[in-house]
Amino acid sequence: MSVLQALDLGLAILILAVACTTIATREIFGAVVNYVAYGLLLSIVWIRLYAPDVALTEAAIGCGVTGVMLVTAGAHLRRPVHARDAEPSSLPVRFLAAVLAVLAAAAIAAVVLLLPEPPPSLALEARQSLAATGLGNPITAVLISFRSFDTLLEKVVLLLAVVAVWSVGPDRQWGSAPESLGKPRPDGALIFFEQALVPLGILVGVHIFWVGADEPGGAFQGGAILAAMWMIVMTARQAEPPRIDARWLRLCLVAGPAVFLIAGLAGPGMAGSFFAYPAGFAKPIILFIEAFMLLSIAVTLPMLVAGPPHGNPSE
Amino acid sequence: MSAATLAGLVGAALVGLGLYGLIVNPQPLRKILAFNLIGSGVFLVFGIVARGGAGAGFPADPVPQAMVITGIVVAFAASAVAVALILRLHEETGRVTLDTAASPKPPPKAEVTR
Repeated sequence: MSVLQALDLGLAILILAVACTTIATREIFGAVVNYVAYGLLLSIVWIRLYAPDVALTEAAIGCGVTGVMLVTAGAHLRRPVHARDAEPSSLPVRFLAAVLAVLAAAAIAAVVLLLPEPPPSLALEARQSLAATGLGNPITAVLISFRSFDTLLEKVVLLLAVVAVWSVGPDRQWGSAPESLGKPRPDGALIFFEQALVPLGILVGVHIFWVGADEPGGAFQGGAILAAMWMIVMTARQAEPPRIDARWLRLCLVAGPAVFLIAGLAGPGMAGSFFAYPAGFAKPIILFIEAFMLLSIAVTLPMLVAGPPHGNPSE
Repeated sequence: MSAATLAGLVGAALVGLGLYGLIVNPQPLRKILAFNLIGSGVFLVFGIVARGGAGAGFPADPVPQAMVITGIVVAFAASAVAVALILRLHEETGRVTLDTAASPKPPPKAEVTR
């Protein structure tokens, strides 16, 4: 067994162990902390699968932003603890659930071991069409060019999620700002951390977006990092969440999907079909779309974490 | 065993673990964690399909990878909506469980006027 194989095996055991403790920990806050560790380990597996773009997304969104959201929610739910609420189901239910879980896992494991050889692949088609986009990163080309309609709909899903989260709040608070993310009096270490990290983080976020055309990265990963920076600023109470009826906020939220849709609708006139980009201009158009997506993602994710409006709308 | 096959088996085990947690844990926030475990397991299995589709100079098929990125973002959006619903449920009823048998109906909470 080579060193790399031993590392892979160790990583697999570690991930399964952390996943088990995530499921088994009764205390919500502890379970969430386990889940964040799990997400970081998972992004290393994505590196091992030669998917650095997915690893960046998993680390930034699947682990980072989701972690902040769940930790905030866990802190809210921790206050009144009802011991009876944490009790797991009865023994027969647990046994049946375990049987079902083992059967499901075994079926998927069998599929994994019996995958067709060679597996179906669109790598050749992606390589042949990559030159026409002028991009070097095939993932960005798939996201913004080959399967652009998927990506547009995904942006719309994010927008719908913001509307859904805002709608959960009581009617009388509509239009006000969401609850502050941090404690009323943040400690000095957090403020120092915020002041030291945020300028650097903004630089890294914009860099990851910019190199995303040719290297691993892109609007999703860069946007998630920018979103994390805004959340750190809000947690350190150096800025408060904006009112949800602020015009600039709503413009930022729709800018990405709107620019994407306009570029798609301009396709029939410029290049002959919906979401077609004119030859030779594909790369500038893709980067233009991505820049607005970056803005929208950086604003959407913190608003999803901040939750529904929570305050007096007339203030 | 290759790294990809191992990752696929880990994905299968994660789906099983998540499914068990989703059924057994009564607290909704822990159900969300379990559901996200299932999701990341499915993504891993899709990831090894991508790795298997390596060719034309790419170490992995870029199409499934791009779809996993889309999937991670959508999973986050769904989790955010679920968390908002749970927090509102908690605000209204003071409870953090979906198990109606375990929690008797709480006394009606006075409307908070702010």
